[in-house]
Amino acid sequence: MNSISGTENQALSRTVLELDVNNHPGVMSHVVGLFSRRSYNVEGILVMPVGNGETSRIWLLVNEDERLDQMVKQVEKLEDVLAVHRHGAEHEVFVRLEEFFL
Amino acid sequence: MPNQTPETFNGAQIVVRLLERQGVRTLAGIPGGAILPIYDALSKSTLIHHVLARHEQGGGFMAQGMARATGVPAVCMASSGPGATNLLTAIADAKLDSIPLVAITGQVPKAMIGTDAFQEVDTYGLSIPITKHNFLVSSADELLSVIPRAFRIAASGRPGPVLVDIPKDVQNQLVEVGEWPEPGCADPVPAPVAELIERAAAMINDAARPILYLGGGVVHSGASEAAVALAETARLPTVMTLMALGAMPVDHALSLGMLGMHGARCTNLALDECDLLIAVGARFDDRATGKVAGFCPQARIIHIDIDPSELDKIKTAHIGIAGDVGAALRMLLPAIATPQRAAWLARVASLKEEHPLRMPGIDDPRTPYGLIRAVANCLDDQATITTDVGQHQMWVAQAYPLRRPRQWLTSGGLGTMGFGMPAAIGAALAEPQRTVVCFTGDGSILMNVQELVTAAEEDVNVKIILMNNSSLGLVFQQQTMFYGERIYASKFKGMPDFIRVAEGFGVPAIDLDQESDPQAALAVALSTRGPMLIHASIAMHEQVLPMVPPGAANKEMIGG
Repeated sequence: MNSISGTENQALSRTVLELDVNNHPGVMSHVVGLFSRRSYNVEGILVMPVGNGETSRIWLLVNEDERLDQMVKQVEKLEDVLAVHRHGAEHEVFVRLEEFFL
Repeated sequence: MPNQTPETFNGAQIVVRLLERQGVRTLAGIPGGAILPIYDALSKSTLIHHVLARHEQGGGFMAQGMARATGVPAVCMASSGPGATNLLTAIADAKLDSIPLVAITGQVPKAMIGTDAFQEVDTYGLSIPITKHNFLVSSADELLSVIPRAFRIAASGRPGPVLVDIPKDVQNQLVEVGEWPEPGCADPVPAPVAELIERAAAMINDAARPILYLGGGVVHSGASEAAVALAETARLPTVMTLMALGAMPVDHALSLGMLGMHGARCTNLALDECDLLIAVGARFDDRATGKVAGFCPQARIIHIDIDPSELDKIKTAHIGIAGDVGAALRMLLPAIATPQRAAWLARVASLKEEHPLRMPGIDDPRTPYGLIRAVANCLDDQATITTDVGQHQMWVAQAYPLRRPRQWLTSGGLGTMGFGMPAAIGAALAEPQRTVVCFTGDGSILMNVQELVTAAEEDVNVKIILMNNSSLGLVFQQQTMFYGERIYASKFKGMPDFIRVAEGFGVPAIDLDQESDPQAALAVALSTRGPMLIHASIAMHEQVLPMVPPGAANKEMIGG
């Protein structure tokens, strides 16, 4: 599970992760901490409450590499994570936001 | 208890009542400003015995000793700020060895959080990466769900530490309690997939040179008997990780003892030849596998673990089975044929014959192996053995005849010097009928030496065997072997008089160096109830062998 070099990084395709989580302070920290401790950069983050606000949905845009399966398993273990879904980079959630990042 | 008249309690009283209802009878900790309401409530408990540690890390390791000895979640407490930061090492240690622990910390009042108040630290943030889960409690009412949940999470699935940070105003907040929640207990684990079990059984039945590889999960699951039954039925030579020692008696005919960095040559060589590795509750730790590419290079792998994230983490398994290892082993057993495996068992026997663990000086109590054997000669399998971290730990792991699960309490994953003595105190508090022996070194003992006074105060039946080589032995050994004998910062120039240190803390002590018959002196010391420090000098040049150089494959062992 070695980290990868910058050039390798750019060559990789991306994945969109969709997480249903409990909505309280600290959940975000739990999730991103799993990535940062493994030097696994999160390229994009989007979070909003869902429904009555008891839960939130976190969208993560990450580079796909050989550690991703392990990352997803680690995220699934978090007490406040209710479900994890994987999508391809073509998922429109981040695409639609691109106009705010010009 | 439905339809009770609601009574008013403050948060602190709720915590104490929930701990009592949880069955907690002993806990360790140190009070301070931000946790005083809980200590005030604790003072009125007739059920809970509070053990006053002298450093929060010591308290954390006492709780670990209780949890490791019994398998039941144990509790430690600390105040905010430095109290909490001092506890972190013990919590991280519990995380890496999957020990169920509930740590309760006081926090500054909610209104002061984030103001850099006196003794304020972000305990929640600091503990995220080293806990299984953590809570910052925002109301007394919330405690009614958080405390049972903390115990449930600590005990469920793969066990681990849970931290509950409670602001002082939450401890003082009054709420009406109509009904107490049920104590938190472990969630049931989904049964292993039957089809995978069948395929695993077929693979075991077909294997020519299988090895069973037991990890700490076997101990946590209470699956030792099932593991030994599988080994015996399927005739599987069996290796154990440091954490699994005791799961199969080391003198069992099928046991190859500990694998890895300080395993016997025969053990690592047998693994090198195996064609099937059955990993049970083990996580392919680097100290066990050596260079992963060179670990069991010819083997197919069956991996059974309660934590799905362990499957395929280091080595891709041919069959990965998620589930309780005890349940999986019991499902496997009826599907196992009893093959002869004569050639493989003969090969393993000849490896054992040609490359046994060499223990020079085993009959001389003034050598490391001889001292360990002399201690073992005075005890039966009912004794509990703890260690600190370093050469003494590896010598004991190699040489002590461990035969009982939970007989062996050692800091495996984090490798924390300072673990052994407070963990021994905790084990002795949890199981006062046992003799608890802590093997330690002159480096390790100083890292929590203050707990000697706790041992004296609690009058625990803990015997500390201090193997004194006037150095940080494993550092000295690595500098000797891998750094051109450039010995730096590993030889102690100043040396405390450990006999007087122990006596100064109220613990009787003997010096085996001064005894003409060390075996007889040990026999007397170990059979006298109460705490005792037994000092024994060993030579600085003694090495733990064989040794796999860090980063090398296991078959590239030096020495032994």
